[in-house]
Amino acid sequence: MILTLIRSSWTHLGRDRVAQVMAFVLPIVFFSIFALIFGGRDTGSSFVRVPVALVDESHTNRSRALVRALEADSGLRVSTGWGAKGAAKNAPAVPITRARAEELVREGDFAVALVLPAGIDTSLSRFDGKGVKVAVLHDPSDPVASKMAAGLLQRAGLQALREESNEFRGEAAPGQRSVSLDDMMPVRSEEVAVLGKKKGNGMVAFYAAGIAVMFLMFSASAGGGVLLDEAESGTLERVLSTRLGMTQLLAAKWLYLTSRGVLQIVVMFIWAMLVFHLDLVSHLSGFVVMTAATAACTAAFGLVLATAARTREQLQGMANLVVLSLSAIGGSMFPRFLMSETLQKLSLVGFNAWALDGYLKVFWRESSLGGLLPQVGALAGFTVLFLLLARRFARRWEVA
Amino acid sequence: MSILEVHDAHKSFGTTPALRGLSFDLRAGEMLALLGPNGAGKTTLIRALAGRVRLDRGRITLEGQTLEPGAMRSQLGVVPQELAVYPLLTARENLELFGRLNGLTGRHLADRVAYALEWTGLADRRREPTKGFSGGMKRRLNIACGILHEPKVVLLDEPTVGVDPQSRERIYDMLAGLKAQGTALLITTHYLEEAEARCERIVVMDHGVSIAVGTLPELVAHAKLSGRRVRLVLEHVAPLAPAGFALEEDGTALTARIHDVAGELPELLMRVRGAGLHVRDVDVRTASLQTVFLTLTGKELRE
Repeated sequence: MILTLIRSSWTHLGRDRVAQVMAFVLPIVFFSIFALIFGGRDTGSSFVRVPVALVDESHTNRSRALVRALEADSGLRVSTGWGAKGAAKNAPAVPITRARAEELVREGDFAVALVLPAGIDTSLSRFDGKGVKVAVLHDPSDPVASKMAAGLLQRAGLQALREESNEFRGEAAPGQRSVSLDDMMPVRSEEVAVLGKKKGNGMVAFYAAGIAVMFLMFSASAGGGVLLDEAESGTLERVLSTRLGMTQLLAAKWLYLTSRGVLQIVVMFIWAMLVFHLDLVSHLSGFVVMTAATAACTAAFGLVLATAARTREQLQGMANLVVLSLSAIGGSMFPRFLMSETLQKLSLVGFNAWALDGYLKVFWRESSLGGLLPQVGALAGFTVLFLLLARRFARRWEVA
Repeated sequence: MSILEVHDAHKSFGTTPALRGLSFDLRAGEMLALLGPNGAGKTTLIRALAGRVRLDRGRITLEGQTLEPGAMRSQLGVVPQELAVYPLLTARENLELFGRLNGLTGRHLADRVAYALEWTGLADRRREPTKGFSGGMKRRLNIACGILHEPKVVLLDEPTVGVDPQSRERIYDMLAGLKAQGTALLITTHYLEEAEARCERIVVMDHGVSIAVGTLPELVAHAKLSGRRVRLVLEHVAPLAPAGFALEEDGTALTARIHDVAGELPELLMRVRGAGLHVRDVDVRTASLQTVFLTLTGKELRE
């Protein structure tokens, strides 16, 4: 009796493609995504190379030696020049100043900037805890990069000193026993956060957006799936027998799902404001723009899945696979800026990565509305593409 | 006078033909039954009439105007076989929705919704979501959603399937009301006794063509089943049938066809007695639509 039921269950599984995908494919996809994010194939390449903007205010032989050592370090990707503010992308690079370095970190072009101040040459190798400090300008949302850059700065300092004097053996400095281990480092440094000073917990906004966008994708695909229910119940046939055409029907569904999505995101952020003290009010305009663009795009995405699927079960399987994969790669589960460069670029094929970037710009990087143009433009492009795809897929319900 | 005409309708899905030259007409104020075994092409025809299927060949005209697929059909009401109403909306909300989608607005819409709620007997339940309705209530609402815009022709695909006899009566009373207002009704059904009792004319279709059209007597004549069928149940099994009779398989009954009951029946009985057989019971009846249908379409299963 029990064996009969077991055999029947295996037969069901053998004939249920969706269940097979959920049981075997989805876990493998997820495992692969997280293996890519957390190392594995990218180890030793771009994953461990922290992008650093380097400013040499000292211009001495010693500081230049330190710059060379930092540039040669395999853990860092150092840039001493960058396009001037507002310049075209292909404009020639100009030396980075401290102020420009702060901007570049704030805008997310670099995780860290190192500023070698005047006097660094004499401070190097004092080993007494005195002298000027290298400023490590960083974005606190990436806690790994600044620590890593600060650590590698010491290695580069030692390298610079070794370059200067082959006899250098790290001989004891006067008063060595009275100084702390930190003071024994060849380069003194201090971490300076260039973001997150006044605006409360901006990363809450990132996670609010991340989770909101992920669930928006689920709810949009489920909402779009009403089309499948209507097709099965005969309601779609009846509706299409009235004055309503398929384009109008899809437009109505899209506008509904968009408005519902806006409401969902607003509720999520109000909760974040009330409970986690997110500063929503002073970022309202950027929030409105990003929310409208994100909800519109997610609604269109839901319609694509719903019109592509043949059954509710198929839709559910597709939604689980696509939404969870996009969420993992796009940054809903793990911030994109902590991923490898390759994966960061790859993730931009998903609209949700653009949405999260946009929210991050609004709440963390204090971006102006104009600064959101790339994200809003990308989301608008995805929206149009999704709507065209959904319209194409929906042709199967039209006149046979 | 014909209000809806189907001329030489052809439609294939891939290599499978669904309609193969179907022709018939529906007259104003008429209730016409469209009968056929499963797979005969009824649903394809209804979908073509509703503009949801494009004919490969042939044409459909409504009040003399050719109906193009996808074009607006404001004079046509469609009642699908499925219960195509929204379960979470109330009866009134469903009616308002389909009324608006059919172009009704304002006072006219409100009046039509009120009429439909009374017509279906759902006025008292108008504020309840339809998911809690019985099958009969949903069927009535399903029909009402298709007639709100006062079409001249209503297509009803199996309007009484799965409901109890009381609900069927109510539904046919509703349809009779529509018919009395001059609406032409085309009904597909597998309930042959309903078609026989309620419809003026019947179209029997099979394999995508119309094989007989007319009133029941016309169909009976077409099937060569005119007259009365006489069935004589015998006291004992008969080895052979007397002349002019057919013997049923188990040998317990004889059948014959006569046109004049008073003139021919006594002579038949005499002939049986003359053959040494004793009659226990006599059954005389005209051919039913069921008999005509099975005679025209055969008894083989179609699916």
